[in-house]
Amino acid sequence: MNKIDKELLNKIADINGKITGAYNIRKDGKKIERRTTENIDIVTKEDKPGIDIFVKSNTKGEIVYIPVIITEKGLVDIVYNDFYIGKNADVTIIAGCGIHNDHAERSQHDGIHRFFLEEGAHVKYVEKHIGEGKGTGEKVLNPVTEVTLKRGASLEMETVQIKGVDSSIRKTKGKLYADTNFVITEKIMTHGNQFAKTIFDVKLNGDNASTHVTSRSVATEKSSQEFISKIYGNKKCFAHVECDAIIKDEAKVKAIPAINANNVEANLIHEAAIGKIAGEQLIKLMTLGLSEKEAEEQIIKGFLK
Amino acid sequence: MLELKNICFTRDNKKILDDVNLKIDTGKFIVITGPNGSGKSTLAKIIMGITKQDQGQVIFNGKDISNLSIDERAKLGIGFAFQQPVKFKGITVHDIINLSANKEISKKEIHKALAGVGLCPKEYIDREVNASLSGGELKRIEIASVSIKKSKLTIFDEPEAGIDLWSFNNLIEVFENMREETKGTSIIISHQERILNIADEIIVLKKGKVVRRGTRDEVLFNVIEKRCPRRLYKGGKCEQDR
Repeated sequence: MNKIDKELLNKIADINGKITGAYNIRKDGKKIERRTTENIDIVTKEDKPGIDIFVKSNTKGEIVYIPVIITEKGLVDIVYNDFYIGKNADVTIIAGCGIHNDHAERSQHDGIHRFFLEEGAHVKYVEKHIGEGKGTGEKVLNPVTEVTLKRGASLEMETVQIKGVDSSIRKTKGKLYADTNFVITEKIMTHGNQFAKTIFDVKLNGDNASTHVTSRSVATEKSSQEFISKIYGNKKCFAHVECDAIIKDEAKVKAIPAINANNVEANLIHEAAIGKIAGEQLIKLMTLGLSEKEAEEQIIKGFLK
Repeated sequence: MLELKNICFTRDNKKILDDVNLKIDTGKFIVITGPNGSGKSTLAKIIMGITKQDQGQVIFNGKDISNLSIDERAKLGIGFAFQQPVKFKGITVHDIINLSANKEISKKEIHKALAGVGLCPKEYIDREVNASLSGGELKRIEIASVSIKKSKLTIFDEPEAGIDLWSFNNLIEVFENMREETKGTSIIISHQERILNIADEIIVLKKGKVVRRGTRDEVLFNVIEKRCPRRLYKGGKCEQDR
């Protein structure tokens, strides 16, 4: 790994030096490093690019890193990763993709991640996407996450995409059985002519299933964003979707809520707020001595924290 | 320290402030009071630069700051506590206190500031300054953050509004500590008798004009006497008002 690779890994997965736990590092469409542990196995798929990750039942507190970095020009990398999480396991999975593109050709990574959580399992899934480099070539990321939660399982997903990514379409699907919980926190910032689209599709198929989706985004300059959430309450369940966006300059943001209650006991809430930074927030921070620009930066930093 | 010269402010054909002239000395604890709509909050906002006067000058420590922005005035040493504290998303109590102090301040100092307004530091330090906090909690955080700024001149716009009695006692202590520690000047917009009681001077505004100025005894006695001649003044209300 060269300096750029190491910096990208640090940015997307906080990897700085030696990694503890299981990991699989993929660079320019190929595995470059892997380690498994007694409880976590990583196996290369034979039918298509990607890996299967197996976490044994009752594994507690382990971390799996599966970062992807792309520095090769014109590469379109599609990878299929499946996670099989055993009963009552509780692990953290750090994914993410960093594209460094110094060229004129487009670089693209589409990561299709499927999670199968057995009863009582819990996963914290962290995914950070960045794009950088001096080239004019587009940096494109299209992540897909599909989650199946069996009784009593829960998954917390944090996704972050701050600047640098020219185009992204993010699809997140959930199929939730009884007593499950799926928490999604998304943070996106776009600038220039970037485009980011997010589609959430969560089906609450079991009693006491719940989902909380929080999306905070900032769209600046001529960038545009779309937020689509489709929630289906098919049993006695709870869903809360919150989409908050700050808009600046000539940016555009569209939020399309769809909440479908198919059961009288389904309690589904969608909140969406799009607007510029509140004038009173700027004034408050200016009374503390910050210039208007500094105040704006602090408000955005806090909003996306 | 602060001089207001011929301040006028008119909106919708109504004179909110009508030729206000005031001089305030360093180290004083001044309370501006008066009926609702008398122009008190507008005057406070004009001093901070949040509202721009139509006419007149604001002189701070000998410098004409009439055309300076809010942040420029803040840097010169003016602080402002809002009547309705502003809510944020993602900005924590810790963040706002650090921004106010303009540096990373020690945990000990943050604890002292929060405890000073009756908030348990451990419980509040990492809370977001958002709608999950009650009006009273936001108000106390506002006062703690402004007091830590240690400005030469601090303006409090109705600090007692939304504060319960228990916190109110803390509030009086905060003012007293500020006087002792920072030796700064405070201007408090208030109707509260206990705040009026600790003022060096009280200024009464009515219909946009300064109608009275003096010590507590000079002003308060006069106001009460005038409103309630030879009647008993009970619980802050004249009998004839009931």
